[in-house]
Formats: sequence, structure tokens, C-alpha cells
Amino acid sequence: MTTTGFLTDSTLCIGCKACEVACKEWNDVPDDGFLWSGLSYDNTLTLGASSWRHVKFVEHQPRTGCGGNAPGHSTWQFSSDVCKHCENAGCLEACPTGSIVRTEFGSVFVQPDICNGCGYCVVTCPFGVIDRRPDDGRAFKCTFCYDRQKAGMEPACAKACPTGSILFGDLDKLQERGEERVAWLHAAGMNDASLYNPTETSVGGIHAMFLIRGDSRAYNLPPKPEVPTTLLPRAWTAAGIAAAAMAIGSLAAFAMCGSGRSAKQ
Amino acid sequence: MKATEERLDELRRQAERTGRVDAKGIRAAGSPLPEPGAEHGYYGLPLLKPPVWTWEIPLYFFVGGAAGASAMIAVAAQLSGADETLVRHARRIAALGAVISTPLLISDLGRPERFLNMLRVFKPRSPMSVGAWTLAAFGGFASAAVVADELRLEVVRDVAGAGAALSGLGMATYTGVLLGATAIPVWAEHVNMLPIHFAASAVASASSLLELLGHRHRALALLASGAAAYEVYATKEVARSGVTSTALKAASLLSGPIPLALRLLGIRSKRARRAAALASLAGSLITRFAWVEAGKASARDPRAPLGLTETLT
Repeated sequence: MTTTGFLTDSTLCIGCKACEVACKEWNDVPDDGFLWSGLSYDNTLTLGASSWRHVKFVEHQPRTGCGGNAPGHSTWQFSSDVCKHCENAGCLEACPTGSIVRTEFGSVFVQPDICNGCGYCVVTCPFGVIDRRPDDGRAFKCTFCYDRQKAGMEPACAKACPTGSILFGDLDKLQERGEERVAWLHAAGMNDASLYNPTETSVGGIHAMFLIRGDSRAYNLPPKPEVPTTLLPRAWTAAGIAAAAMAIGSLAAFAMCGSGRSAKQ
Repeated sequence: MKATEERLDELRRQAERTGRVDAKGIRAAGSPLPEPGAEHGYYGLPLLKPPVWTWEIPLYFFVGGAAGASAMIAVAAQLSGADETLVRHARRIAALGAVISTPLLISDLGRPERFLNMLRVFKPRSPMSVGAWTLAAFGGFASAAVVADELRLEVVRDVAGAGAALSGLGMATYTGVLLGATAIPVWAEHVNMLPIHFAASAVASASSLLELLGHRHRALALLASGAAAYEVYATKEVARSGVTSTALKAASLLSGPIPLALRLLGIRSKRARRAAALASLAGSLITRFAWVEAGKASARDPRAPLGLTETLT
């Protein structure tokens, strides 16, 4: 099986949220509240247990040339966020039940029949994607439409995207395609376009890449995401020191004081 | 942020009254639009997800820690030929702690009926998996030691006691690893300190509990003072990293300076010792709650994961 991926191109996204709807429909994801946020047209706000695609509305003061707007109009950039399906996935490493696995497509999948809702994946995802669904008790996130991929189909969000903003395919080919697209955008004068794929950090690259304009931080994409597993050597060293100190301290304290009691009281 | 007409009306009223809207993420002054940007992330919304754990988890950190340290104290006391009741009490605290810990952990699961899935695999990379197995081993050893003692099976009691002490060391320390090796900034920043901090807290609570049960062995006072001395140092470390949590400050005072001063100044006073033991116990309990709460607050702040230093508007 080839490793598949997503390339979500914000320069082609029109913010229609068809991906959000298609995902909910196909995967039977419940609603997670009807919110009015006041933050542009984004009322989903964040990925979560019941939002596996989330269109971000990055709205700016008038900036000539950006987004093709006329001067005087504010600029719009839309970017459909999704689970990154990290090469080194914090949630997968941390899962104590083995519920979270790597599939034959290279994606990270939560097996709903095994998850017991311990909540440890929630605090180990450096992108804040996976969450526990309160009324269900288990952790949920994008499945990369594992069922559809098994049947040779593309994920529901990519299928529904009307502009080709969400591309699905062979990961390596998508990476090339993304780089070509960035070069094309640069040639067209959009010098702030870039491909977000943190290969330099311990996450080691993601299977859902994003082509964005401007600073990745405006999209809540962390510039240096790290998989928490890298902290384990330091943490266990500290635990080892602590355990040794406890053992030696207890033995020494009792050895020094013998069986004696302190002054009679 | 519920999408109710009430909320809309509230914003409209505020806009009418003051000419601006102060709701989070909305920057009305001089601008009609809330703006995401490099300096405040995506509208200042949280990037990470806060821990979903409720009160059971920090309470378990406290109970499990005290039980683990108590198992170690039981072995040390027994080897030194200390009072038999002290050894017995320490052993029972360990077993009782294990018995209380298990339902606490199970009830916090989203699917408690699937708790056995925790022992489906052993994953050294997952501190939660290591912890589940440590608790399973500890629970077995600690209760076996108590039962064997009742049945006067001395060899079984001593072997189980040694097992409980070893796994007890894990119980008192792994919880620091569990919090430290995560994506939550305030926990990850203190990854080198948390296991030692929690171990000191565990030793202090175990010795204090035994003291409150009427044991006046000097070793207990020595252990509790040592732990309090470390907590004084830990307090400084936490303050230096700029953590502003009232609960954590209160916990630090109760775990460090207060019991240490009471023990040093009132060395011959029974009341001072009792007060010190009570302060340590309270401090140890609040410490775990304060750290879990600090993690929740930290997850809501997108500045650290985005590498921003400016304050959010």
C-alpha cells in the first residue's frame, strides 16, 4: 500500500465548508453545539472530537494584492484544517491501550472498539487535534476515511471539495505538487505562500500538508511542533533519580535512627 | 460563546453603550474586524486541548504516591528492626492506597467498563501504560504483603513487601513523567522536576500519615524534613519559571517552608510535629490538584506553542 496524504491549498479554498459537512455526513459525527463566535465566518472554531474538518477564516485589514481584493476591502484566506497524521504521532505513542494505530495508508487511526477514554492522547497531541467526546467517553479525530480508503475511494472531504483545494493522493507526489504550486504562486507575485510541513522537528513531517499564505501562526499552526516522546529520556532520568533518592533516603533514615524513638513525649 | 440570541443582544447592547465590544478575540477599537495574526495566533483561540481529567486523577496522584512511599518505608523500617506496629501500619497504608487508587482511575475513564484494555498491551513509550502496569503490580504486591502478614507467612510477606517497595518507587515517581512528557507547555517545561517534586511530596505525605497515626520514630521526622527541604527548593524553581498559580503557591508554602520551620523550631513539641504533618499532607494533596489545573490553564494559552511572547489582546 502506498502512503497517502492530503494537500490542503488555502489559495484555492472558498470557505464553503462542504468538507466539514461531508465529513460529518459520511462519518456520522454528531454536532458539537451551534455557536456564534463573532470571529469572521468561523463558528466551528477548532478541531475536536466532533469536528474533524474545520475551515479557518483568516480575515485581515485591507492589504492590496492579497487574495485578489480591491484596495479598501478586507482580505480573506480560508484554510481547511484536519488531523495532521504525523509521521511521529504523539497520540499514537501515548495511547496505553494500543487503540491508536498506524494504518496501511500511513494514517493514524483510533480504533473505537478499543479506546477506553483515558484522555492521555488529548494532552500529547502537539496540534490540539484529538479530544474526548463528553457524552460518548471515547477519543475521536479524523480517521482519514479509513473505510473509504479501504474501498479504494478518496476521503469524503476531498471528494466534496468543489475547488480542488483539498487534494488527496500519494504523499510523495502531493509533496512535489505542493512545491510546484508554491513556486507558481511565487512567480505570480504571491511571495508569502509556503508549504506547511514540519519535517525538521521531532514530528518528522505530516501526512496532511497545508499550503498557506502569510505567517503559519495566524492559522494556529505551531512553527515548531514536537512529539512529547522526545521528553521521555529526561522524564525517566528524573524519575530514576527520584526513586533512588527515595529508596536510599528511607533506608538511610531508618538505619541512622535505629529502632529508637525520639525523646519520650 | 453559545450562539444564543441573548449573546448577540448582549454584544449589541455593549456596542451601543460603550462604542466598542470587549469580548475575547474581538478587537473593535479602531478596527471593524477581529484579526488573526502572527502576534496573537488564530484570534487568540487555544491551540492545544486542555486535559479532560477531573478530580479523580490528582486525588489518585496523591493517594498512589503516599501508598508507594509507604511501601518503601515499611521495608526500610522492617530492615532496621523498628517497631512492629509501624511496619504493619506502613504496609497497610500501601495496600489501602492501592485499593483506593484503582476505582479512582477507573471512574475517570470515558469508558470505565473497558478498564482492562489498559493491560491489553505493555508500551514502554507510553507513561500511561507503564503506570497502569505499575499500579497493577503494586496493588498485587501490597495486598499480598498484608494478607501474608495476617496469615503469618513471613517469607511470602517479605517477598511481596519488597515487590511493593520496588513498584511503590514507580508509583511515587511515574506520575511526574506522565505529566512532564506531554505537549502541555507548563508540564513539559518542568519535565526534569516533576518526578522528583512528586516523589518528595509522596514521601512527605506517607511519613506524615504515619506520624499522625501516633508513630514518633525519628526516621519519619527526618524523611518528612528532607522532603520539605526539597519542596522549598522546588518552590523557588517554579516561581523562577514564571508560573502564576495561587493554588500552586499555597501548595508550595504548605509543603515546604511551613512544615520545615515547624519541625526545626518545634523539634520537641508534639503539637508542632502534628501541625507539620497536617501541613505536609494538605500541601501534598493541593500540589497535585494545582499542577493539573495549571496544565488546563496552560493549554488554553496559545502563546507558548506558537512561540509568542507578547500578551494577547
